[in-house]
Amino acid sequence: MPRSEDSAVRKFLMSRGNSAFADRAFHALMVICGLSIFGIVLLILSELMLRSGLAWHNFGLHFFFLPPAHDSNLGQTGSYWDPVNGHFSALPFIYGTLVSSLLSLLIAVPLAIGLAIFLTEMCPKVLRGPLAFVTELLAAIPSIIYGLWAVFVLVPLLREYVNPFLVKYLGWTKLFVDDNPTGLGYVAAAVILAIMILPIISSLTREVMTAVPHSQREAVLALGATRWEMIRMGVLRNARIGIVGAVILGLGRALGETMAVTMVIGNTPEISKSLLSNGSSMASVIANEFSEAVSDLHRSSLIEIGLALFIVTIIVNAIARLLVWAVTRGTPASAH
Amino acid sequence: MGTTSFRSGFRAATDRAVSGLAILATVLVIVPLIAIFVYLLIMGARSLNLAFFLQNPVPEGESGGGMANAIVGSAVLLGIASAIGVPIGIGAGIYLAEFGRGTKLATAIRFTADVLNGVPSIVMGLAAYSLIVVPQGHFSAFSGGVALGIMMIPTVARTSEEMLLMVPNTIREAALGLGLPNWRSVLSITVKTASPGIITGCMLAFARVAGETAPLIFTALGNSFWSTDPNRPIEALPLQIWVYATGPYEDQHRLAWAGALVLIALIVIAVSLVRYVASRGVLKGAS
Repeated sequence: MPRSEDSAVRKFLMSRGNSAFADRAFHALMVICGLSIFGIVLLILSELMLRSGLAWHNFGLHFFFLPPAHDSNLGQTGSYWDPVNGHFSALPFIYGTLVSSLLSLLIAVPLAIGLAIFLTEMCPKVLRGPLAFVTELLAAIPSIIYGLWAVFVLVPLLREYVNPFLVKYLGWTKLFVDDNPTGLGYVAAAVILAIMILPIISSLTREVMTAVPHSQREAVLALGATRWEMIRMGVLRNARIGIVGAVILGLGRALGETMAVTMVIGNTPEISKSLLSNGSSMASVIANEFSEAVSDLHRSSLIEIGLALFIVTIIVNAIARLLVWAVTRGTPASAH
Repeated sequence: MGTTSFRSGFRAATDRAVSGLAILATVLVIVPLIAIFVYLLIMGARSLNLAFFLQNPVPEGESGGGMANAIVGSAVLLGIASAIGVPIGIGAGIYLAEFGRGTKLATAIRFTADVLNGVPSIVMGLAAYSLIVVPQGHFSAFSGGVALGIMMIPTVARTSEEMLLMVPNTIREAALGLGLPNWRSVLSITVKTASPGIITGCMLAFARVAGETAPLIFTALGNSFWSTDPNRPIEALPLQIWVYATGPYEDQHRLAWAGALVLIALIVIAVSLVRYVASRGVLKGAS
């Protein structure tokens, strides 16, 4: 083809220009959108650290384990969390969060793993779809609705039937003393938390168990194992890291759960040995007191609790995700 | 022979016992959960009427009234949240699926998005309070919308990525082979093919933030009156449910149940739609 005379096709193509600039701009825009995820984390971190500065300045690290203030007016120990006198200690909230979350794990984990085993290994195929759909639906129900149900159904149930039963038969452990029988308290919070984290732990456990290759199951069966032995040795043993991850993820959700816990935990910033007494959790105190907080120190202390909650849940979730990823090998998991 | 038969009997018995326990666990889980669901449906249906959707709340102690301002308020908040969350989220999803596949940066972003999905929503509310309410000096629907929007971004990003990865490479290659610029190929071909999935992913995120209460407590704050102003405090459905449920008035409890039913209906529709689209597959839904 003589260079002096371009073909019509070549003339057409060269007149259209190229899309190099548009491609680069689009690529850059998409990268910025992707980096926004990091931006969100940094935004939250920086804003919370900024606003909690006052509380940090006043109390330092002791904020998290200050004992109750001495109330000089009444000559007795005051409370841990005293907005009027400016004494703020996060200890009762950390205690409440830990107690309610760990108790809920105790209830939820055996049930969730049992459900997962049933659904993956034992369930007839026709039931599997509907049951999985129901579990997914229940994971999507908002916290406020669980809280609504808990206040009107669960708490009276606990008050009338379960708590007296616990006091009567387990009162000797000193863990079940009910001085103020309202049905609210750590137990109520633990039960509703267990109901809420069950679907998450169960569906993640199912995912992890399904990721175990069939060859493992077949090998164990070929050696003459019963079905439970096949599940135990072929599936659970291989998936146990992921199951631990699923449990930790459930813990992470329980630690940060706000609305349902706020409605049933009793909202008393105290530390009590009895599981039936009222308490308070980190998220619930923020939800309750923040919009009415008057002093800057009060707000700053609440934000510092929020910052602690943020860091703790990030760490817990990161560990959980790493463990689950180790078993499922980083295939894009469905958004939970 | 004696020990062998004991051992095999023991193993068989353990197997049966564990099977029974697993079935027991399933029943213990599914039955109460369905009971909760049915109870909510019944209580909500009892209280739901047309006035709920059309009237504003009446003063405490009086009967009647509805949650019209809360429904509209939720719509405003979700509109602002979607305007922030959906474009950035889909953009992040496009980056993860199209440009960043296999890179370390994409893995880090994906991991961070998953971790962010587990952060309690009240923390997002605190960040929005600090970022917008404090400098502005007043509560506003805008700050609530921002809090909900930043919650939507990681969720939308992950589901968009998942849907985009389902588009077969042959389509991308065909588009590029025809001479389309890369950005055109991604937007008009790949995203368009995956759009039913992406839209339902957004719907899922939408339904999720529609039920969020905690971030709104000190950003949108709530408003007893009809308001659509983004610069003023605004009412939202879950917020109203919380206030009514924790109050002492029976009429308000009734309204709370009705509101809960509306929320649940939204969730059920969204989850069912997602499952339907996912089962149909991406290509079959292509326009």
